[in-house]
Amino acid sequence: MRPSFLRALVLAVLALVALPAVAVAQDKPSLTQTVVELNTAWVMVAAILVMFMQAGFAFLEIGFSRAKNAGAGVAKILTNFSIAAIAYWAVGFALAFGGSGLIAGTEGFFLDVSSDPTKAASQIPLLETYTIAPSALLFFQFVFCAVSLAIVWGTTLERIKYSAYIIYAIIFAAVIYPVLSHWIFGGGWLQVNFGMQDFAGSTVVHLIGATGALAALLLLGPRRGKFGPDGRPRAIPGHSMPLVGLGVLILWLGWFGFNPGSTLGAADGRFAEVALVTNLAAAAGVIGAVLTIYALQRTIDIGMAGNGAIAGLVGITAPSGYVEFWAAPIIGLVAGVIVVVGVLAIDKKLDDPVGALSAHGLAGIWGTLACGLFTSPRLAELNAVGDPGLFYSGSFGQLGAQALGVAAAFLVVFSVSFAVFYVIKKTIGLRVTAEQEDAGLDIVEHGMYGYPEQFIPLPEMGAASSGPLARPSLGATGSPATAATSRSTTSRTGEVPA
Amino acid sequence: MKLIMAYIRPEAFEPIREDLLAAGFPSLSIDEVKGSGRQRGMTERYRGSQLTINLRPKLKLECVVESEQVSLVTETILRHARTGDVGDGKIFVLPVEQAIRVRTGESGQEVLQAHESEEVPA
Repeated sequence: MRPSFLRALVLAVLALVALPAVAVAQDKPSLTQTVVELNTAWVMVAAILVMFMQAGFAFLEIGFSRAKNAGAGVAKILTNFSIAAIAYWAVGFALAFGGSGLIAGTEGFFLDVSSDPTKAASQIPLLETYTIAPSALLFFQFVFCAVSLAIVWGTTLERIKYSAYIIYAIIFAAVIYPVLSHWIFGGGWLQVNFGMQDFAGSTVVHLIGATGALAALLLLGPRRGKFGPDGRPRAIPGHSMPLVGLGVLILWLGWFGFNPGSTLGAADGRFAEVALVTNLAAAAGVIGAVLTIYALQRTIDIGMAGNGAIAGLVGITAPSGYVEFWAAPIIGLVAGVIVVVGVLAIDKKLDDPVGALSAHGLAGIWGTLACGLFTSPRLAELNAVGDPGLFYSGSFGQLGAQALGVAAAFLVVFSVSFAVFYVIKKTIGLRVTAEQEDAGLDIVEHGMYGYPEQFIPLPEMGAASSGPLARPSLGATGSPATAATSRSTTSRTGEVPA
Repeated sequence: MKLIMAYIRPEAFEPIREDLLAAGFPSLSIDEVKGSGRQRGMTERYRGSQLTINLRPKLKLECVVESEQVSLVTETILRHARTGDVGDGKIFVLPVEQAIRVRTGESGQEVLQAHESEEVPA
């Protein structure tokens, strides 16, 4: 070890030892400040986990696509996430959380506020209840918006135009998602006037995404070859079940930010309970889906097992903060059954390559309604939204509020999304041509293949096309051509290059 | 000279290759092909939909030998490729007019001969 390095090491250790003394020498932080810092730290960790769910959606969708469309999935996720990031900060967050109007917020466009929640609370009322840095709240809410947007494109794989994303992504991240999340998360009419319970967004994130997906799918139509001349659905197998599995597991991991992070704080340790509830439901979702598909067709479909996990997670998203542990496996199991039956039923008429309509739509509806059944009195009181569910109260009141929320969210998002996609279809077009679809989006929209070796013959790639390697043993005595002719009749000894 | 073109089960290749090499026939080409015959297809079940795959993977083996050695090669192939079940494949024997070794330009039957072992690069 060099002496200078040693000196540096000693200094560093001394500095570490001295650090607490320095901290004490400064103003002692108040308990309130520490709570804000603790909450902010947890919400940021959770938000970063949710951001990673983009990788989950990417791999899930790419795995369910054919190899000729694998690269397009990468471009899509990157583009959508980036557009949403700017649009949500500039406009979306203000509509969602910038005030307590019944329809939408009005303050905080291009948000630039103090990191002190009490100072920012005049613009963002939610910060009176949840003491976290405003930037953490914005980032956490943005990654939710990005998840919801990623769900939209699940039904549109392998045939939608790249340009169609961009337009819808802006409108979705700036207006559609924020307004709906204001109604249910941000103090809007569904939350305040009807007490609709949606802890982390079975409706806000998942049903809304799936509703946009349905609107797009109805205008887009099925992939070429999905339905035979007799009208019966045919399998178009995705190119990689391992990628699907990786995507599902990344989403599952991300969900530990999604639901537990929706506590918007760490101080009471509630987030650990929410994490456990989330995991129980996901596990039950896999089991429910595997049992159902095995009962129906005697095979354990790999994609369905993955859909089961997602459905369990989507199902528990709304109830995760409202139900006790015992309810979680029941909610997940039912979601797992729903997703398989849903995929099989929807596949007869609509071409939804990843099962987004079932895994996010039907399971999202189920999860939202499940609050109306399973919400426990203590957690309804803790969250201060709505009433206990049917199984505790014997009253259908909360179930009614949940159903109203589902219906309102679906109708509004479907109408607006259908209108937007309709305009896109009539102007720039929603779908690539049949020839382009056959060739694949990778080469048509992006000019390159996701897996070039599968499509470009090896002899036409790279160095292989610049002629055979020069052979030093032949080059020494002249050009290969003359060497070959002069030796054609001689003994073969020595001709084999060493 | 004859071209022996055999469509066989992919798993039969390795023992055939070993025996042909031992018998002095190192030169051959293979191609991974898909085809159909009397063997039935497979059914893929994917998310509730079905896909019947009638084209099964086979291995196409090509080998040019002197006419009198054809039976030696075909017998080697038959010995290892035959399981007795439908789907074992077929062998075709075609006439060959000319053979030229690219490296030297030499032509004729001697092109089909194996190298002496010490001539083969490691």
